[in-house]
Order: sequence, then C-alpha cells, then structure tokens
Amino acid sequence: MAPVIEAHHLSKKYQLGASRPREDSLRDVLMHGLRTSLQTLRRGASAGQNSSGPRWMWALRDVNFSFEPGDVVGIIGVNGAGKSTLLKILSRITDPTEGYVRLRGRVASLLEVGTGFHPDLTGRENIFLNGVILGMTKAEVQSKFDEIVAFSELEKFLDTPVKHYSSGMYVRLGFAVAAHLDPEILIVDEVLAVGDMAFQKKCLGKMGEFGESGRTILFVSHNITAVVNLCQRGIVLQQGQLTFQGDAKSAADYYVGEVSGKEKKSGSHMADLWNARGRLPQYHPWLSKLELYNGEGNPLEEEMAIGSSIRAHVHFRLQESSANFEARVNFVDLYGQVIFAARSNYERDRNWGERSGQQEIICEIPNLPLTPGEYRVEAALVIDEKCVDYVEDACRLKIAGSDFYGTGKIPSLGFFVHKQSWQLK
Amino acid sequence: MKSSAELLLRPHTGWQPIDLREIYQSRELFGFLVWRDIKIRYKQTILGGLWAVFQPLTAMLVFTLFFNRLAGIQTDGPPYPLFAFSGLVLWTFFANSVSLSSNSLVGNQGLVSKIYFPRVFIPLASIGALMLDLVIGILLVFAMMIYYRWPVVPGALLIPVYVLGTLLAASGLGLILSALNVSFRDVKYAVPFFIQMGLFVSPVIYPLNYIPARYKLLLGFNPMSGMIVGFRHSMLGGSTDWALVMASLATSVFLFVSGLFIFRRMERRFADII
Repeated sequence: MAPVIEAHHLSKKYQLGASRPREDSLRDVLMHGLRTSLQTLRRGASAGQNSSGPRWMWALRDVNFSFEPGDVVGIIGVNGAGKSTLLKILSRITDPTEGYVRLRGRVASLLEVGTGFHPDLTGRENIFLNGVILGMTKAEVQSKFDEIVAFSELEKFLDTPVKHYSSGMYVRLGFAVAAHLDPEILIVDEVLAVGDMAFQKKCLGKMGEFGESGRTILFVSHNITAVVNLCQRGIVLQQGQLTFQGDAKSAADYYVGEVSGKEKKSGSHMADLWNARGRLPQYHPWLSKLELYNGEGNPLEEEMAIGSSIRAHVHFRLQESSANFEARVNFVDLYGQVIFAARSNYERDRNWGERSGQQEIICEIPNLPLTPGEYRVEAALVIDEKCVDYVEDACRLKIAGSDFYGTGKIPSLGFFVHKQSWQLK
Repeated sequence: MKSSAELLLRPHTGWQPIDLREIYQSRELFGFLVWRDIKIRYKQTILGGLWAVFQPLTAMLVFTLFFNRLAGIQTDGPPYPLFAFSGLVLWTFFANSVSLSSNSLVGNQGLVSKIYFPRVFIPLASIGALMLDLVIGILLVFAMMIYYRWPVVPGALLIPVYVLGTLLAASGLGLILSALNVSFRDVKYAVPFFIQMGLFVSPVIYPLNYIPARYKLLLGFNPMSGMIVGFRHSMLGGSTDWALVMASLATSVFLFVSGLFIFRRMERRFADII
C-alpha cells in the first residue's frame, strides 16, 4: 500500500527576529534598505551575505520519513527541536523552504484546542463554528451534534457564552468537537497538556480507538509516557534534524538517554531562570532564580538520598503589585510525567498580602519520597490564576539509591517510596 | 472532499493564481465566518444593527448643517439630506469594509497560525458581514425618498452593479492592506487617515458639477467616485456621467484582481511572521 505521508528532504528556514512584527515597521524596512544599499555602494557592490544582513535559522533540515496507513507516530523532541514547525508544514499553515511532503487522504490538524472559538458566542454556536473551521460540513456537525455534546459533558452550559467557561470546560468543548472529526490523517499537537486528568484519559482513549481503526495519527507530546502508550512508531527531532526513527519505545529510550539526559548537567544547586532556554513566547521572564538546599540548609550540589528533605527558593519579580500570586515547583521524570507538584497556594496559612517587585518564596518539602533517578524540576509563576512564566527545565535533581527502609534493600521500582508494614498471619 | 485526495506540499514561489476550486469547496466556512462576524457585532454592542444607520445618519445631519446650510453647497436636484445620505450609505460601507478588513488578519492571529483554510476568507468575511448594514442603509434611503416624496426611477435596477463595484474595490484594497498589515503594522494607523481624506475626494457631500470638467477623468482613478455618482443617480434620478462610472468600475476590477494576486503572494509568510 502506498504510504499516506511521505516527506522528502523537508527543510524550513526562518529569519531570526522576524516573528516580532512590532519592530518590523515600514520605517525599519526603509532604513534597512537604505543602509544596505549605501553599504553596497561603498564596498563596490561586492557585499554578499554580510553581518548586517538578516540572520537565518533552520528550524527543520533535510527531514525524510514515510508512514503507512494505520501508523500512530509520536514526534519527540525538546522545545525548539522543530516539532511545531513540522506540524505546521504538515497542516499547510506554512510552506516548507525546501523539499516536499505528499499526503494521501483527508487531513485534520489540531494544533490548538478550540481554534476559532469566540468568547462571546455560546457553546452551541462555537461547536458549529469550530467544526466547520476544522473541516467538517455543517450537515456533519449537525448529525454529530448530540454525540459532541455528550462527549463534552457540558449539556447544561450549551447556551452560555464560552467566556464564562472555566479553562477546563473550554478544553472539553474544543476536544469534543475535534474528537468527532473523521479524517484519514490526524495531526495533534500538545493539546492534551491542558485539562483535568480524567478528561485527558478520555481523549487519549478516543485517539487510541481512532488509531485502531486504521487511520494515521501524528502525535506530539511532552509526556513521553503517553507517546509510548499510544503510538507504535516514534521519531526524534534534535535541532531540526531527524536523529532517530523506529518503534515508539526505542524512540522514547533514545530520547531519554541521548537527548533529554544530556541537555543539562545536574549538580549545580542554583539555576538562572532569567536566561533559561526554551521559554515559550507566551511567557514573561519574571522568574529569576531557583535554588535548592538540603534539609540542613546546605546547597544541594550532588545527589540526595531517598526521603531527604529539600528546600526550594523561588526568586521572581512582580511587575505590578499583586496579592494573588503563586509559585509552583514540579518534579517531573524524564518521560515527562509530573511525579510531584508543589504549589504555594497549597499553604493554608498563606496571608502574604499585597506585594510588588523582587520576591523570594521558600518551599520546604520534608522527606521527599521519590524513587532513585533523575528528575527535571520545573518552576512556574502564576498571577491571578494565570500562568505568566514557566521554565520547563529549571534544573535537575538526582536521587541516589539508598537504603530507605533500613533493610539493606535499595528501592527502585515505582514512583515513590512510602512507609509500609507487613504481617504474616 | 474525496478520501483519495492527494496533496503535495512544496515551496511556492512567484505569482500564483487563486485556487478557485478550493474556495468553492470551503464556501460553507466562508458563510460561517460572515455569520460569526455579524453575530459578534450584535452581541458586543447595545445598539447592534442600529449602528448601521446611526453612522451615516449622523454624518448626514452634520453635513447638511455645515456644508449645505453654512457653506452653501447645492445639489444637482434632490434635497441635500437625501443627496448626502444616499452617498453616505455607500461610502460608509466602503470605509468600514476597508478599515475592518485591513485589520482582520492581525485580529485573527489564532486562525492564521493554528489552522489552514483559504486565507482570503478572513478579510472577505469581514466585508461580507457589513453587507447587512448596506442593505439596511439602502432601505433607509428608500424610506427617506418616501418622506421627501421623491419618485423612484427605473435606474434603481442598476443598484446591484454599483454595490458590486464597491464590493470589488473594497475587497481589493482590503486584501492588499490586510496582507501588508501582517508585516507592517503602520497600515493600522495609515488606513483611518486615508479613509478620512477619501471622503473629501469622492463626490459624497458635493455634486459632480463642482469639479472642473478637465479633472473629471482623474476622478476615475478613485473607484468610489463613479460608484457613488452612479448609485445616487440610479436611486434619485438625474443623468449619470457614464465615462466616469466605467473608469471607476475598471479601477475596481483592477484593484480586486491585483488584490487577489498580491494577497496570494504574501499569504505564504503570514503564519511565520504574524
């Protein structure tokens, strides 16, 4: 059978800085044109690509693959590796710079949940609008309307404008529409990162069903576990190049061992969040520093033992005075699974009042019961219930194998250790 | 769409014609985008549809007072309020179409960067939504004619022609300006200014005979001058300057066709730079 998706020497080049149109006013272009033509004149027209010219970056470089009908493929890579660019080309949002892709079948792409939702329209109206935007006909939406509503579990709110929806409800409505698309090729970006766990499971289940019915899915997620569970095949992107292709499990192992493990060395107790790499464009660099100390208050330089205490100092800046701010620290395994989430608004006696400017918030976690291994520490700043800054890979924490239970046995299986008692009757 | 659809995604360069087949296939989406724009406008404003008539009506009152009563501008026949209003209805539609459509792509960043469909739908849908206002406005002109006991003439059958000419000109400009606005946000500031100037270089508030004969053909480069003159005469009677109407129609068609090509050429970069 002919492959459904074939990519040949696919490359995409971006002009650096071109994504900031505010600097790209007509005056700058005119001035730049004038300056370069003057320079060319002065140098006797010999100037080719000089340093004052635009700088280019290859977001994708010579990527080749081909997928058969029924393949469920996970695309894995760190932020900025080219995953989104690849999906954007496959979804026809942007053209490749070189190479081509051949797609056989009707494509639906889901780079965002609820694309085209308008806050002033009701749930019912948005179901139709979103469905048609995603490629369904009006008649199709009409015939699946009841199913969509049932899947979303939002019967009671159908005639409420979606601006009054919680973010969870918004995602549910958006995914409910998307889940009823009927394409031969489905392209899904990190859309499941939002929404509650139960609904995420439901969506993954729906995608699993979809894959079993012989259709092709391309799936991007940071949650490597989800990729392994859902996909049979996997590709790994690294700095715009395809560095691994194979079954999903080997791709995940390759990624965890070769890419994500070597990205950052563990060890230093202090992380500069200000200059952290891979901050997504929607976030402001307001988190400035994360420091880790052990129970005795000494900097946490190397590994720590299972069940030791830890203190995380999160430094950040409040641009405007606020009483409703929250720091979050997540401990994430290298497969992208959040193992433990600490949030300052879990503190019951939190009565910090209005603050502004530079802040330091300290999180004390006694006896952190993680099993041995390496963990990625994420930091986030939330103001008025909205995440304003988020650093995905703030630093690494290594838990060394140690005799937690005092029996000479080193626990390694599972996510956490816990006191337990056993009796034989 | 057939399941055997095969799609080749490759770099595009140079000038390309618009893909009419694709536009026809997704016509339902166009309808929904128009419907969305109308719906939102009615939900977000208290006056809703009344804005369609409020704008040209107020302008008519102000112009009647200042240009007719104080400055003494006379019409070529009909009472000044009727004269001004008939011109303003078409002009307001044109002005609102150009300004709304030129901001439409930037205002729909989410759609541009997250999903594919024919991009021309975005500026064109914002104009389509304004058609409702235009229809209400035209009905109001007829209502005013009844009030002034002004006879309806058979020329009224030509109204669709002038509406189409206006639509083509507004769409052409809207396509070009919305595409430019993606790279150069200057457009946002320039458009209101030029629209304001446009009102005075089009025969909206004064009749054509105020323009010296030797400049009349120059007016043909302004698509709206011929459309307004023709539209007004088709409703209120009087002899139309057909040469001017034809020149303006030609300009409108030219604007529309070049708008389609320019938009098509620039749309490839929208998602990368918006």
